[in-house]
Amino acid sequence: MSGSAPSPSDQAEFKRELTDAIPHLRAFARGLCGRADMADDLVQETMLKAWTARDRFEAGTSMRAWTFVILRNAYLTDMRRNRFRGDYDEGVAERILTAPADQEGPMHLGDMHRALMTLPPERREALLLVGAGGFSYEEAAKICDCAVGTIKSRVGRARATLNGMLEEGAIPQRSGKDAAPHKAIMEELDDVAANSSSAE
Amino acid sequence: MTKNTNDTGKPKGNGPAKSAAKPEWADGLRQLYDSVVDEPIPDSFKDLLSRLDEAEEAG
Repeated sequence: MSGSAPSPSDQAEFKRELTDAIPHLRAFARGLCGRADMADDLVQETMLKAWTARDRFEAGTSMRAWTFVILRNAYLTDMRRNRFRGDYDEGVAERILTAPADQEGPMHLGDMHRALMTLPPERREALLLVGAGGFSYEEAAKICDCAVGTIKSRVGRARATLNGMLEEGAIPQRSGKDAAPHKAIMEELDDVAANSSSAE
Repeated sequence: MTKNTNDTGKPKGNGPAKSAAKPEWADGLRQLYDSVVDEPIPDSFKDLLSRLDEAEEAG
């Protein structure tokens, strides 16, 4: 309960800004959890939480950054409940990520997606925010609730890994023979989840 | 006149400063992300917002 009820125009403005953030939330969520259906569930959960907490949104600040924090926390909470574990569905990813014919580039987006999904979650989200979402290091650090230097380091490591995979052609196999990397990711994920529990 | 770092579209001194040597996959990453951003928003999302909005007015 906040002291003053939002005026109807405030509420309309909030709704409009939240609507504008949806495409970005969907893109961030899909990059985080790898599956379109789960990503959209996550975005809807985020919208509910954002709506419930709308009194805490400061008008004039970035709706995208504010909702990304909510989405990220929801994702980590779901991760702790094992919701997304081992559920990465390549068939779905392949279908969704097939580039339109007029965008044929040197790289298949499916390869990009697979490579991205092998990154530890902390580095993946940092790269998504800075390398795709267009956030500055400072903004990404605020979203991830960590130091700017930490974000820079994570992005740097993510870039190094992708350079190795994509420039040198060591793209992970489609059929899952990568149990060891998977285990490493899950271990790191546990650390992320453990650390994030104090942030909320 | 301002210190806006985006004036030139290039990072200032302490940025990654690798734009010239940007790896090929960097565009792929952005393309991957933008391909989702550019998708039409499914009706379920708009419906959800409308329901929230109406619930508010009713309650």
